[in-house]
Amino acid sequence: MSPSIVGRIRLPWNSLGLVAVLLVLILLFSSLSDYFFSAVTFRTLANQIPTLTVVAVGMTFVLLIAGIDLSVGSVMALCAAVMGVLMADSGWPLVPALLASLLTGLACGSFSGLVSARWAIPSFVVTLGMLEIARGGAYLVTGSETKYLGPAVGRIGEPIAGLGLSPALIGAIVVVALAQFILVKTVFGRYMIAIGTNEEAVRLSGINTVRWKVVVFAIAGVLAALGGVFQLGYLQSADPNAGIGLELSAIAAVVIGGTSLSGGRGSVVNTFLGVLIIAVMQTGLAQLGVSEPGKRIITGLVIIGAVLFDQYREPLGKLLTRRYEPKRGIS
Amino acid sequence: MTAGEPPLLAIDALHKQFAVPVLRGIDFTLRAGEIHALMGSNGAGKSTLCNLIAGIHRPDSGNMRLSGQPYQPASLHSAEASGVRMVMQELNLFPTLSIAENLCFNRLGNRAGVINHQALRDSARAALARLNLDELDPDTPVSALGVGKQQLVEIARVLAQPVRLLILDEPTAALTDPQIDQLFGQLDILRSAGIGIIYISHRMSEIQRVADRVSILRDGALIATENADEMDVERMVHLMAGPAMARIPPKTPTTIAATAASNGSATKPGHVVLKIEQLGRQGAFTDINLELRAGEVLGIGGLIGSGRTELLRTLFGADTADTGGIRLAADDFSRLQQLRNPAEAIAAGIGLVVEDRKGQGLLLDKSIALNIGLGQLGTLHNRLGIVNDKAIADNSAEICRQLDIKHDDLQQPVAQLSGGNQQKVLIGRWLLRDLQILLFDEPGRGVDARSKLLIQELIRDLAAQGKAVIVVSSETEELLALADRVVVLSNGRLAGEFTADTVSEQALLEASFRFYTTAGQKVAPPLEIS
Repeated sequence: MSPSIVGRIRLPWNSLGLVAVLLVLILLFSSLSDYFFSAVTFRTLANQIPTLTVVAVGMTFVLLIAGIDLSVGSVMALCAAVMGVLMADSGWPLVPALLASLLTGLACGSFSGLVSARWAIPSFVVTLGMLEIARGGAYLVTGSETKYLGPAVGRIGEPIAGLGLSPALIGAIVVVALAQFILVKTVFGRYMIAIGTNEEAVRLSGINTVRWKVVVFAIAGVLAALGGVFQLGYLQSADPNAGIGLELSAIAAVVIGGTSLSGGRGSVVNTFLGVLIIAVMQTGLAQLGVSEPGKRIITGLVIIGAVLFDQYREPLGKLLTRRYEPKRGIS
Repeated sequence: MTAGEPPLLAIDALHKQFAVPVLRGIDFTLRAGEIHALMGSNGAGKSTLCNLIAGIHRPDSGNMRLSGQPYQPASLHSAEASGVRMVMQELNLFPTLSIAENLCFNRLGNRAGVINHQALRDSARAALARLNLDELDPDTPVSALGVGKQQLVEIARVLAQPVRLLILDEPTAALTDPQIDQLFGQLDILRSAGIGIIYISHRMSEIQRVADRVSILRDGALIATENADEMDVERMVHLMAGPAMARIPPKTPTTIAATAASNGSATKPGHVVLKIEQLGRQGAFTDINLELRAGEVLGIGGLIGSGRTELLRTLFGADTADTGGIRLAADDFSRLQQLRNPAEAIAAGIGLVVEDRKGQGLLLDKSIALNIGLGQLGTLHNRLGIVNDKAIADNSAEICRQLDIKHDDLQQPVAQLSGGNQQKVLIGRWLLRDLQILLFDEPGRGVDARSKLLIQELIRDLAAQGKAVIVVSSETEELLALADRVVVLSNGRLAGEFTADTVSEQALLEASFRFYTTAGQKVAPPLEIS
């Protein structure tokens, strides 16, 4: 087995910790509620997860290069609106409309990435602008009305007979697997980690950091569009108000998954576990009869707890790798 | 000074050691009401001495007395409480706050924390008036001022507090000539008020103009203290340079020829590979003309801040040139071009080992293998973009072996390596790319003695293999040990070229100071906004 050169592999330990948290939550809710461990719950989760998952995967890449993308919720709404209008008003079939939707996401992401990377403007600001632009675009294309599509798109979210999983869920899992593979195995993955660690050092190594940063934002845009497609399938309608606050849920999932907000360290699989933890918590709390305000307060506490844990993991990690302290010389 | 009265500052046998001894037994006195210039080449110990006086560092041994009283400042703050203040080379102003808020930052509000803006303005005007800076409006934000004015405000800020002893570190570096006159007028006032001033500068003409006495530091020892009017430029250079050093040992051109021939290299040994023509960059350097040959090490000497780092960065495309450009052997020197980014430089066969290896070179918390392999990632992958980890690991292991990089395993973060080994990791990244021209910026900085020798051998080997190498170094010994030819930058201009026959530490130092000696010759003035 060839060694990974990403650095000391902390991943399994992190993943195991997150899996443990997830299992504890499932056991907790199962013991507190008779209904939790059931097909209904599974179906609810299966409907909720795909959109947040693919958006959070894109956000993981963006946070890895020490950027942020606040526009994903609006871009998702715009892309779903484009697809909805094309199908409902222009009579396009599913696949071309879907591709047009993904292209819209690509354009939004590339634009944000290009402006922020080429002219060195903080991505926070550029994507804040894109948040407004895309939301305005969503209202514009839909005429501020929800577009009802009905069963034409329903099969995206419906479980495939005999498999029990919807194309959306399968798609989301494939995205997670592919993104993790890209992160760990490909040159692009290494560049993301390197750029997030020390962008100037990467630039001075002769690597075109601008190009790779644009690619990252473009991917985040496409994945936001895919999230829009999944949500379209689930709701069977395109709502220009969809996805408000989605960027914050995505960031929360990424952070719970342990990806560093300052860049250079992260994992797509852990982001997926973060998504699952949020979804299980939301569903479980709802079944226990916890009100919406209560759910939000508890989710907030979990996010803060996750970041606290992340802060204390560094000294913990140093403790574990103490045998590598330099033996002599100036460091 | 009458016999019975103690000097303002008396220093006795001061020692300080960081990794190596920096100050070895300094005796120094500063009288009340004198301007005492400190001179010395890079690393002579001027800044360390001032840091000890200003309480930033503490001496290992030795005594300091302030007006006869024992003086052992535990911190910058306690030194300031004794009236000892330093104006740093870096500006410590808040650019977004007004001049008045900067001048009075530590006493902005009343007890309730409310700011009385009128009182603040009055107090700021008084402080500015003392420096004859009446034309400045206290409400102007500092960011709206040019660098020179900011420097004057910084001095005014320091002088707004009670001061008995003032340390100025290169105060005129950013000033225009009228501003320098303004500053010197103010220094005269302070001198007659009985304040003792320690004045660090490279500009000999200024020192002769304002200083009462001059002390020369060399290698951490105080060589001489003399009256400024008895010391001329020649004598200052002579004292700073010290006894004549060994000359550059002649290199054997046969080795170069043999190696290049056995490599079947297209470029014949000794042929020009790079022509630099009238290269200039605003505020950094100007009118640089140089030729670089295969198989040679070209050393660049000069004082820190003379434009050497900027020149290398421009050659590497990390910064862009404003004038002139380079010609490459690859296209028969037919095209005068400016490299726009490092990727273009690498495509042209140029690599740079940066000076700030932690800030701009390494991915500190990432593995040795990723750090060494970073530049190769773009080539060592299959068609799907999947990294060939095996090849990267093998190459890294080979580099670690060749350069004797002490490590436990290739996955170890480079932050855990010693400075010398970190530097070798950075150099290793460039060795893997097989470039024709390699630029080294201070390759021996922060590196232990053994690694330093190894790096020097390595650089000589690269030249012997037919590469063209440029080394910037502040250490004369390093330049003498490495270079076939040394050029000196002084205040952004080429101030001399030396070969083995003509070089000496004295000659290098004289050239280093050349374009700082006469006022009004600043070739690359800082941009003045206001």
